[in-house]
Amino acid sequence: MKTYLPPKFLVERDQDKCIKCEVCVNQCSFDNHYYDAEDDEMKTRTEGCVGCHRCVTFCPTGALTVRRNPLEYRDNYNWRPEYIEDIIKQAETGGVLLTGMGNDKGQRIYWDHLVLNASQVTNPSIDPLREPMELTTYLGRKPDRVELDTDLNLQTELAPQVKLEVPVMFAAMSYGAVSLNVHESLARAATEAGTLWNTGEGGLHPKLYKYGNNTIVQVASGRFGVHPEYLEVARVVEIKIGQGAKPGIGGHLPGEKVSAEVSATRMIPQGTDALSPAPQHDIYSIEDLAQLVYALKEATHYTKPVSVKIAAVHNSAAIASGMVRAGADIIVLDGLRGATGAAPKVIRDNVGIPIELALASVDTRLRQEGIRNRASIVVSGGIRNSGDVAKAIALGADAVYIGTAALIALGCRLCQQCHTGKCAWGICTTDLFLSKRVNPDIGARRLANLLRGWSLELKDMLGGMGINALESLRGNRLHLRGVGLTETELKILGVKMAGE
Amino acid sequence: MKVTETIPEETIKIDASGIYYRELNARLRELAQNGARKIELHNVYGQRYIGTNLNRPVEVTIFGTPGNDLGAFMEGPRITVYGNAQDGCGNTMNDGEIIIHGHAGDVIGLSARGGKIFVRDSVGYRAGIHMKEYQDKKPILVIGGTAQDFLGEYMAGGTLVLLGLNREGHHKAKFVGTGMHGGVIYLRGNIESYQLGKEVGVAELGEADRELLARLVGEFAAHFGYNADEILKHKFIKLFPLSLRPYGRIYAH
Repeated sequence: MKTYLPPKFLVERDQDKCIKCEVCVNQCSFDNHYYDAEDDEMKTRTEGCVGCHRCVTFCPTGALTVRRNPLEYRDNYNWRPEYIEDIIKQAETGGVLLTGMGNDKGQRIYWDHLVLNASQVTNPSIDPLREPMELTTYLGRKPDRVELDTDLNLQTELAPQVKLEVPVMFAAMSYGAVSLNVHESLARAATEAGTLWNTGEGGLHPKLYKYGNNTIVQVASGRFGVHPEYLEVARVVEIKIGQGAKPGIGGHLPGEKVSAEVSATRMIPQGTDALSPAPQHDIYSIEDLAQLVYALKEATHYTKPVSVKIAAVHNSAAIASGMVRAGADIIVLDGLRGATGAAPKVIRDNVGIPIELALASVDTRLRQEGIRNRASIVVSGGIRNSGDVAKAIALGADAVYIGTAALIALGCRLCQQCHTGKCAWGICTTDLFLSKRVNPDIGARRLANLLRGWSLELKDMLGGMGINALESLRGNRLHLRGVGLTETELKILGVKMAGE
Repeated sequence: MKVTETIPEETIKIDASGIYYRELNARLRELAQNGARKIELHNVYGQRYIGTNLNRPVEVTIFGTPGNDLGAFMEGPRITVYGNAQDGCGNTMNDGEIIIHGHAGDVIGLSARGGKIFVRDSVGYRAGIHMKEYQDKKPILVIGGTAQDFLGEYMAGGTLVLLGLNREGHHKAKFVGTGMHGGVIYLRGNIESYQLGKEVGVAELGEADRELLARLVGEFAAHFGYNADEILKHKFIKLFPLSLRPYGRIYAH
């Protein structure tokens, strides 16, 4: 069937600059560039360009430019090009539209409507360059009260705690979705920065066991690669119920991505689809969740916090209360903008709620019920910079996960082709040729640099507010004000309007 | 595991009545770590997760009713139950053996990747769901009685045998093998096609099937005192996945 889809991008080549080195040919995993021997010229099939900029970045003479295809449709606010093209695609395939990364639609981003405070005159700000500033965060269940004996020794038995030097962890991205080199980069950067990375639900390659002390292992509905050693090497075990990019549905890792190494780590035969059922079939209730939480605590001898991750949905606050009562030591909320290696587009763009609202309502609810101390709250889904981190902490989060931001640090340009397995940046692929493009030495450096930069910025913001520990900002919504928000939004966020 | 002469060969008996599961399992773990080979638990009343964290080949014999998640995430032990097991038995089990002289509840063998489970009588819903296999790891679940709906749902590997010894005529379970994309189910007796998931094919047993089945039924009969030949005389059918990629064609890229 002839496709009616117009090209998304135009690739322009300055033939004066082009030296015919064919770097573009080698770098484009979508086979768009080629050498035409007859004309002795490099050429491009522009219709296949996904806008990943790999060729532009690596062209040694800067001969390439990628532009949006200026094809103009007749103006129509309702029938925008995206919706027209989606229909064309479905008319030609009859399938569920699949996409990668996070929701790219215009739902309100509340971080952009929240502003932070700073000290002026009445209380001094602190210069983090000269004075100690603490970002240390402990994840895990905190006791209801602390008892000391007369010599001030701790009498209360503490639940297992995990110390983070920076309250930013790497979000779950499974081996199979991303490459082993990405996993290694994340593991090494997390170890260097004193934080945690998350295996996702595809198991942990034995090569990375040595980073276990900085590793969160996931137990999801597919239970891929879950065995006693996997649980043993981890620092935290996370039960994945849902994911912000695709709340309520499971996952299908296509057989093409189940390579020999992926098969060994997931412990399934090579080339078969890895199906993660939508629910975990041993969890149909909060009581069942408690059962799995404690099964994992038993399996790890009560030495590790057990985390439970859900997608942020309408009743998150009530669900979170149940999760805490079910024994979760850490609860993770993944918001509307959380990303994925593959999800139906209609679900990614339409299901779930913004993380800022979910976080505020969960934190408020747990405080009202007097159980906020029993679990740490981690949020993810659209954390773009240290400003978002600071605002999340002030809204009540203990720490955040970053997924998309981490991948951008590794080269991702958000071209949303993750589901094709052809990632030209070698990130979201298990192709051995492509995945070599992420060198773990360099990848770990880039990620650690990002965390260092954000840490310095967080300290700057804290100092500006006149506080010297992140703990003093946590859940302190008086440090936030809203801009351009309705009364209901302000009420849910629990913040005052700027000027108030 | 290294066996030394100091290991106590005698059976260690524990009266489990009134002991909370966490305490009971901690004691089992301590015993197993100290080299106990055989442990008998008496008066078990619903304690959960027995066998979960032992991670070595210890023999645990249970008299009574063990609670949910018996042998969840288990690696190594052999558990024999004289009584009924509850839900989640053998959940995500990696290795070991569970032999139940009685019934078992729902989701038995969920996501198991290895080991063997034998149930003398019947099981509840979603038995053997999402069992999977990898290389020499092939979970086995043999059920003497009947199973309820969703038997072998999402099955990705391993072998499931349903004998139906306690009933005449067709099996009643529906949605058998829904989403199946690996492994095999042997069914003694017959089943109507409407009871099967649409991803499931039905076939006569081949030579290799009969050999495997004879071995598994032989083990089953030895555990529970049946005559294997009598059981095997009856007609069996084989349920298998029609595709290793049942959902490969529903997406547009």
